Amino acid sequence: MRRVAITGLGVVAPGGIGVKEYWDLLTAGRTATRTISFYDPSQFRSRVAAECDFDPLAAGLSQQETRRLDRAAQFAVVSTREALADSGLDTSALDPGRIGTSLGSAVGCTTSLEREYAVVSDGGREWLVDHTYAIPQLYRHFVPSSMAAEVGQAAGAEGPAAVVSTGCTSGLDSLGHAVELIREGTCDVMIAGATEAPISPITSACFDAILATTPRNDTPESACRPFDRTRSGLVLGEGAAVLVLEELESARARGAHVYAEIAGFAQRCNAYHMTGLKPDGREMSEAIDAALAEARIDPSAIDYINAHGSGTKMNDRHETGAFKRSLGEHAYRTAISSIKSMIGHSLGAIGSLEIAACALAMEHGVLPPTANLHEPDPDLDLDYIPLTAREKQTDVVLSVGSGFGGFQSAMVLARPERSIA
Amino acid sequence: MTTTTVVTGLGIAAPNGLGTEDYWKATLAGESGIGPVTRFDATRYPARLAGEVPGFVAEEHIPSRLMPQTDHMTRLALAAAEWALEDAGIDTGDVPEYGMGTVTSASGGAVEFGQRELQNLWSKGKEHVSAYQSFAWFYAVNTGQISIRHKLRGPSGVLLTEQAGGIDAIGQARRHVRKGFQAVVSGGVDAGICPWGWVPQLAAGLMSTEQDPARAFLPFSADASGYVVGEGGAILVAEDLAAARARGASHVYGEIAGYAATLDPAPGSGRPPGLVKAVRTALADAGLAPADIDVVFADAAGVPELDRAEAEALAEVFGPGAVPVTAPKSSTGRLLAGGAALDAATALLALRDGVVPHTAGVGAPAAGYPIDLVTGAPREADLRNALVLARGHGGFNAALVVSRTA
Repeated sequence: MRRVAITGLGVVAPGGIGVKEYWDLLTAGRTATRTISFYDPSQFRSRVAAECDFDPLAAGLSQQETRRLDRAAQFAVVSTREALADSGLDTSALDPGRIGTSLGSAVGCTTSLEREYAVVSDGGREWLVDHTYAIPQLYRHFVPSSMAAEVGQAAGAEGPAAVVSTGCTSGLDSLGHAVELIREGTCDVMIAGATEAPISPITSACFDAILATTPRNDTPESACRPFDRTRSGLVLGEGAAVLVLEELESARARGAHVYAEIAGFAQRCNAYHMTGLKPDGREMSEAIDAALAEARIDPSAIDYINAHGSGTKMNDRHETGAFKRSLGEHAYRTAISSIKSMIGHSLGAIGSLEIAACALAMEHGVLPPTANLHEPDPDLDLDYIPLTAREKQTDVVLSVGSGFGGFQSAMVLARPERSIA
Repeated sequence: MTTTTVVTGLGIAAPNGLGTEDYWKATLAGESGIGPVTRFDATRYPARLAGEVPGFVAEEHIPSRLMPQTDHMTRLALAAAEWALEDAGIDTGDVPEYGMGTVTSASGGAVEFGQRELQNLWSKGKEHVSAYQSFAWFYAVNTGQISIRHKLRGPSGVLLTEQAGGIDAIGQARRHVRKGFQAVVSGGVDAGICPWGWVPQLAAGLMSTEQDPARAFLPFSADASGYVVGEGGAILVAEDLAAARARGASHVYGEIAGYAATLDPAPGSGRPPGLVKAVRTALADAGLAPADIDVVFADAAGVPELDRAEAEALAEVFGPGAVPVTAPKSSTGRLLAGGAALDAATALLALRDGVVPHTAGVGAPAAGYPIDLVTGAPREADLRNALVLARGHGGFNAALVVSRTA
C-alpha cells in the first residue's frame, strides 16, 4: 500500500508567522489570545480572540495578491510557499497533474464578505443590496473554492483541487482527503492544509448567540482554559497551516526530510445535533478506533493526544469520554494537551494547525502544554499536560477534531520506520 | 478494485420539475424553468431571470422544528435526500451503524439565511442575530442536516469546487463505497436567489442580462450571452452493487464508472487548461475509450469563450462531431453546486430510458464549434456510457462516467 509522508510545513498563526515562531510559542506555553482589535467588540458578550499580526506584503505576497485575496486566502498562500520551501520539493520538475490540492475552511472568506456586505447594503439598511458598489473580486470571496485554486496555482498543482468544508473538522478532513488521493494513486504529492480568518462581527454574533465563546473578557490572555474547572467557552482564533504530503517511497528516494507518516484517518458523524454533543463521545471514539485500525496501530501505542480541547464545558467532557472509550486504561497513561489554550479555535484551520504541531512535537521530542490549566476539573481525570511543555519522544500521536454538523475526525501520525503489524 | 459503485436512488428538485419524474418529463418535453425572478425584486439589477424551483411548499416536506433553522437551500436538499433514500428503498435501520455517510457540494452556502442575519446584525445589533446562524448558513449545513435527519454516521464531507462540486461529491462517495461503506448520500442542492446571492455573481460578469427567458441562456449558440442562475440540484444514493443486490434493490440506475478532477494552471502560465486531461483521466478510470462514450452532458457555460473552449476540448478527445453532446441545463439555468449533480442524475435517466434529452431552446451550435449538439428534440439511442462534465469558477474541471449496469 502507498503510504503518506509529511515533508513540509508552513504556518500562519496567532503569536507568530512561520513554523519557527509557532513552535516557540507553543513550547513556551505562551498565549496569543487578546482583546479583539480588528473591530470594536464592545457590543459582544465575548470580546476575546487570538489574532494574527499579519502583514501580507511583509509575508511575501505581491500587491496584486494582497488586493485580490481574502485574508484567509492570503494565509493559505503564504503557508503554501513556506511549506514548499521547507519540503525542498521542486514542483516544476514533477508532472503537475500528479500534484493535488486540498484546503480546509469552515467559513471561507467571511471577513471580506462581511466587509463588502456592509458596503453594498449601506451598513445593513438595504435588502436589495447595490451591485454598483460590488468589487470585482466579490465572487471569488463568495465561493471559497477560489482559495483552493489560488493555493494550487501558487504551487503549480494541476491535479484534483477542492476546498473541504466540514466546519471545525475541516482542517483534519482536508488532510484526510489528501491522504486518500495519494494512497489511491491519483496523486503523488498533495498541497494540503486549512485556513480560516473568521474574526469578524458576524462570527462574534453567531457564537455569542449560542454562548459558545468565553465571556472572560477581563483576562483575555488566560481566557481559553481547556480541561480547567473554570473553563467558560472557546476563544475564536485565525490562521493557516499547509503541509506538503508525499508518497513515502518517492519522498525517501529524493532524500526528503520526513516529519512523520500520516498513518490513519477516519471521520464519522454523530447524527445527533448540529451543535450539541453527547458526553459519551461514542462517535468520536469510533473515528479514533477506525483511524487506529487503518494505521494498524494498537491504542496502547499512543504516546500523545492533541485534543480538540475547545474549552467548552461540553466538548472537554465529550472527548475525555471518547479517549477513555478508545484507549481504555491507556488513556490514563497518555499525555494530552490542547493548543487552543494558546492560539484559540480557528474553526476550519485548527485541525491542520494541530497536525503541524503534532509533526513538530515528534520532530523535537517536546509536547506542547495546555496553558491556563490551573484548576483541574475533577470530572476530567486524564493527564492534560498543564502549563509547561514536556520533553518526550513520541512514535505515535493522535489528533482529534469535533465540529458543528456533528462531524468527528481522528488522525494518527507515526514514525514511518516503525514495524508494521 | 473489485467493488462496483452504483446509483440506486435519485431525488431531484429542479427549476423545471419537482421530483424525478416531473423533471424528466419536462426535460424531454423541452419545458423551461427559466423565468422572471420572484424570490426578490430584481428589477434594479441588470439580470432579472432565474430558474426557480416551482411548487415547493417547505412545510409539506420539512419537520416544523427544522423550519426556523434551515434556509430554502437546505429545505430543498432535505427533501431531495428523502426522495433519494425512498427511491433507493434503503431502510437505514438495516444498514450497519457507520455504514452510510453523506457527501455534498456547496458553493456560497445558505446565502439568503446569511443575508437576513447580516442585515439583523448591521441594522439592529447582535441581539437580533438568530441562534441558528452559526450553522444554518455555512457550507457544511446540507451534509450535517441530512446526516442527522437520516442517522447517517459513516464518513461524510463537503467539497467545494463551485459548479464542479456535484461531480466531486459523487466521486468522493464512490471512494467511501470502495473502502467498504455500503452507501453514501451524495450530490448537491444549492440556492442563492436573493440579493446577496445575486450581486457577487453580477460582479463576476458572466450572468446573462437578456430579458427574454427564451433567449437568456443559450449554451453553444451563436447568441450565447452568459448564463442564468438557477436553484436546486439532485441527491443520489451511491451504493455498493453487491449490497444493493443482496438487499433486493428494485432498480439500479447505473454505475459510477469513472471520475477525475483537475485544476487549470495559473492564468498566464502558457500551459493548457485541464478539461481535456480530466476527460481522458475519467475515461481511463472507467476503462473506456472515447468511442465507448455514447453521449456527453456538457458543462455548457453559455459564455462564448467558455463554450468554445469546451467544444474544442471535446473535439480534441472524441474528434469533431464524433459524439452527441447535450446541455439540458438550458431549461434550468446553472444551479451552482447543484448543477453537476443534476446533470449526473439526468445522465442516469438517459441511460435508463435510452434517450438523449436535447438542449432545448438552442437551434444549432455556433458556426465553428466542432460538436454534434443534440437540439430540437430528444434523440433515442442505445446508451451504454455517458460522460458528464463540469467546470467551476477559478479553474476546476471534473468529469464523471456513468454506465449502464450489466
